[in-house]
Amino acid sequence: MLNSLKHFVTSNLRKVEDINRKYAAPQIHMSKMVRISLLFLRLYLLLLVGLLVYKFITLIR
Amino acid sequence: MTVHMSFFDRLFYGFRRSAKTMRIFLLISGPGIIVMLADNDAGGITTYAATGSKYGYGLIWFLVLLLPVAYYVQEMTVRLGAVTKHGHAEAIFYAFGPFWGWFSLIDLILVDWLTLVTEFIGMTAALSIFHVPPVLTVIIVIIIMAIMVIQGRYWTWEKIAFLFCALNLIYIPCAFIVHPSVSDILNQGIIPHFPGGFNNEIFFYLMANIGTTIAPWMVFFQQSAVVDKGLQEKDIAWGKMDTLIGSTFTVVVAIFIVVVTGTVLYGVNIESAAQASLKLMGINKYVGTFMAIGLFDAGFLGAICISLASSWAFGEVFGWAHSLNHKVREAPWFYATYLFAVASAGAVVLIPNAPLVLITLFVQVIAVTLLPAALVFLILLLNDEKTMGKTYRNSPLQNIICISIVVGIILLSTLYGVSALFPNLFS
Repeated sequence: MLNSLKHFVTSNLRKVEDINRKYAAPQIHMSKMVRISLLFLRLYLLLLVGLLVYKFITLIR
Repeated sequence: MTVHMSFFDRLFYGFRRSAKTMRIFLLISGPGIIVMLADNDAGGITTYAATGSKYGYGLIWFLVLLLPVAYYVQEMTVRLGAVTKHGHAEAIFYAFGPFWGWFSLIDLILVDWLTLVTEFIGMTAALSIFHVPPVLTVIIVIIIMAIMVIQGRYWTWEKIAFLFCALNLIYIPCAFIVHPSVSDILNQGIIPHFPGGFNNEIFFYLMANIGTTIAPWMVFFQQSAVVDKGLQEKDIAWGKMDTLIGSTFTVVVAIFIVVVTGTVLYGVNIESAAQASLKLMGINKYVGTFMAIGLFDAGFLGAICISLASSWAFGEVFGWAHSLNHKVREAPWFYATYLFAVASAGAVVLIPNAPLVLITLFVQVIAVTLLPAALVFLILLLNDEKTMGKTYRNSPLQNIICISIVVGIILLSTLYGVSALFPNLFS
């Protein structure tokens, strides 16, 4: 059973690598608007994750 | 040579043209109407019921404003799906690369699963009113959901979903039964104003209503449904009509729920639609019963769409066969992920002392992490000429409208999520 689980995990990891390779190069034209939007999204997510982590820490305390 | 037609000839040919138009529309329609009515899910019904009981008819005008919000966002998914023939998850991977692709996919799966749990909470609560044990509700729902998908045709699934969409309109007769004053509805509900003044509490309700109108799974679901249904570029106009009619229905149902609770339960503290149904049963048996049936239907509609949104997304990215037109043996992983999500979400609701309130809260917060990304990617893809071509990309006017709506939704849904995390921040 352990072997089949190992096989399941490794085959899916290989699948993930294939997907990453397939979509490695973003196909959208990276205009200024696209770059600014993606930067905004990154900062927004950092802020949200920060708030979630802060809430989690305060809850534990 | 000119052919002169009599009045009756013109009437006959006019009727035939209209009948043909209606037939084409009925063939093409589906994704828009279903996703919009499924948007009135268990959480949505609770929000509208609470809004009506708190503010009476005072926020009906705000619900009307949500019609163009829902339409313009979802209409973009019709164009994107019809032109690219890809679902939203795959489109994100293709256009923005694996980081954003995995972020969107994993976040979608998480949000969808948590939302599925809330739909099961709504369904079990609704049928508990009729003394149906939760375990029986969960089993019956899983069986119906399984039968709907494994029969192997998108069209059949869609037509069954339409039946449940029709049942979602049960709130309309409810509103007539409670005999609301139409003049009060018009006087209090149509003119934009904030009952009791603009304060943190009303702001919370406004955010909750917006949050329930646009959910991330809707973007993924409609785009994938458009692809699975096989809509082409020439069908986009019909898809837009489908979305507009769906948006109208969703707002109409929301307004009628507000009218019901605003008439009968005004001033009563409502925390869930099931509680509202029970209180309504004490006042009018039929209204309470219809409300409970509507709650079950809302949860069910939400569940069938949300679970498909996840399975489609998974299948698109992993390259599995992922169409409802495939039989189980042709698309085993597609159906396996679907049934696993449904069964596990249903099972959670049956766990004694499961933290269901925490899960409901979590959904609101996690959805906020995905919604801005899904909407921003939608706008960017609709502006990319390489993806959409000159004909179907956003026009400047569409950009002004859509970007304004998306920015507004992001701001308000973020505030909503933050207020859910830190309730004292806005008190």
